[in-house]
Amino acid sequence: MSDHGQGFKQDIHTAFNTVYTLWLREMLRFKRSKSRIIGSLATPLFFLVILGTAFNSSFQMRGGGGQTDFGFLAPGIIGMSILFSSLTGGVSIIWDREFGFLKEILIAPVPRFFVALGKALGGVTTAMIQGTLLMLIAFLLGVEYQSYLGMAASMGVMLLIGLGFIGLGIALASHTESHEGFQMIMTFITMPVLLLSGAFFRIGDLPQWMKTLVYLDPLTYGIMALRYTLIGETEIPINICLVALVLFALTTIGLGGYVFGKAKL
Amino acid sequence: MNTPAVETFDITRRFDDLVAVDSISIKVEQGELFGLLGPNGAGKTTLINMLSTMIPPSNGTARIWGVDVTNQPSRVRQNIGVVFQGTTLDDRLTGRENLDLHGRLYGLPKQLRKQRIDEVLELVELDDKAGVLVKTYSGGMMRRLEIARGLMHHPRVLFLDEPTLGLDPQTRNHIWDYIRRLNHEENVTIMLTTHYMEEADQLCERIAIIDHGGIKALDTPENLKDALGGDVIIFGTENETQASLLCKLYDENGSAGHVYYKDDSVSIMIQDGTHQIPHLLKIAIEAGIDILSVDLHRPTLDDVFLSHTGRDIRAEETSDVDRITYKLQGRRR
Repeated sequence: MSDHGQGFKQDIHTAFNTVYTLWLREMLRFKRSKSRIIGSLATPLFFLVILGTAFNSSFQMRGGGGQTDFGFLAPGIIGMSILFSSLTGGVSIIWDREFGFLKEILIAPVPRFFVALGKALGGVTTAMIQGTLLMLIAFLLGVEYQSYLGMAASMGVMLLIGLGFIGLGIALASHTESHEGFQMIMTFITMPVLLLSGAFFRIGDLPQWMKTLVYLDPLTYGIMALRYTLIGETEIPINICLVALVLFALTTIGLGGYVFGKAKL
Repeated sequence: MNTPAVETFDITRRFDDLVAVDSISIKVEQGELFGLLGPNGAGKTTLINMLSTMIPPSNGTARIWGVDVTNQPSRVRQNIGVVFQGTTLDDRLTGRENLDLHGRLYGLPKQLRKQRIDEVLELVELDDKAGVLVKTYSGGMMRRLEIARGLMHHPRVLFLDEPTLGLDPQTRNHIWDYIRRLNHEENVTIMLTTHYMEEADQLCERIAIIDHGGIKALDTPENLKDALGGDVIIFGTENETQASLLCKLYDENGSAGHVYYKDDSVSIMIQDGTHQIPHLLKIAIEAGIDILSVDLHRPTLDDVFLSHTGRDIRAEETSDVDRITYKLQGRRR
């Protein structure tokens, strides 16, 4: 990056071009993986339909308010799908290394930070398409959202969650050399992050130790923000959620770009 | 004087205790087709990786077209194309898409990109397969596509790391044709590594023999062979003991040039071999050593390699095939 002498404008052009190229690659790959798209929608839908129905019948007494547990659960499931697909997107650098394509990227005369950013944006786009499809399917299944504006706003939240976790995935994957490493990441990050996020339960009544963990989990703020925009309910004020999400995204993307820049073959 | 295409200055690379490349200084002129010949683990790939800025040298440096690899890696990258040993294609994209992404990464504008894609596809005769997913390509097609991609951005120097590794002989000949053509038609300086003797012999204008991280000899294939003296005589004996004994005898006698033995055969590099055979046979018979076979030929690169390293490069090839098979199996998940 430092030895570019052609001036600022050229640098901007290169940066934009790099980001776009890597984004384009993710899109070309996504276009061809129809079975992956269906698969990635199926898991969250199972959660939504089965858990939603079960919660509805067993906790009928507790909620009290207007929204059914179906509606309460939908934003959590959307957040879960964003978490899965964005982490997987970031971690896919491991496959790029294994199948050699990483070399082609690393040998190119472009700044690596923007390579990482392009890959992140590609993965986030994929995640957002899945999240949005899920949101619409849930709507067809009878979940009531508060407004169209809220639905649109939720896509902004999806973007922030996606960026945060894809940056994390890239940071973790840049020095991981095997798919055993991939399994470790997925098991030890995805599950705790998901289960502690409040995607499946209200966090108000939790014991203090668990509450602390819940507040440390970045996904919590994503789920709350989704719930706020979609069904108008949140247990954490929306501005705090947004600040937390923006900080999380900036930190992990910065970290991911940095670590990827240092990546070896 | 033209700037050399590639020039290294005591370039060295250590991995922990292992010195993979040991202060190599070589110069490759513009437009040359230059070969690095050596067995696996000789340091060829490490050298190429340093020249292509993939890993930094531990000591020394190199200049590609006058640009330093340690100080200005990005500028070097703009000037080079690299075809690595394993595939670096995205096999879920089509051939054309792979080339298109490459063109974008190297900043080729749209018109030029399209034009170059058609040109390089034609050069490697993949035009009819351009729209097909790379997943369905054969090994030889993938290698051709990689070479085409390495050329997209008009590099001044193209590095090819074992361009025909694991390919069948027919495909190998094809790839050689492409390499010759692009050296002439596209006027690219080419530096390739190989451990195939014929490849170095038939393809390269000059060869550096590399072993244990150092250059053992560097010249045109013809000169390297001529330097051994006129002929090579190979005597087959009953066993290794006999061979070593005979080898020692010739050495003491001083009647033969360079003498080596490997397993049960003795190689003698000598002028005017046809007339020397009777004399050499006599020495063997007087010492009571049975000669089972006699072979006389002009020196080949195998002999050159043997005389500079004391080893037979062909012994390495079996393990090599294993490695490739393993790699291919690894891909099929």
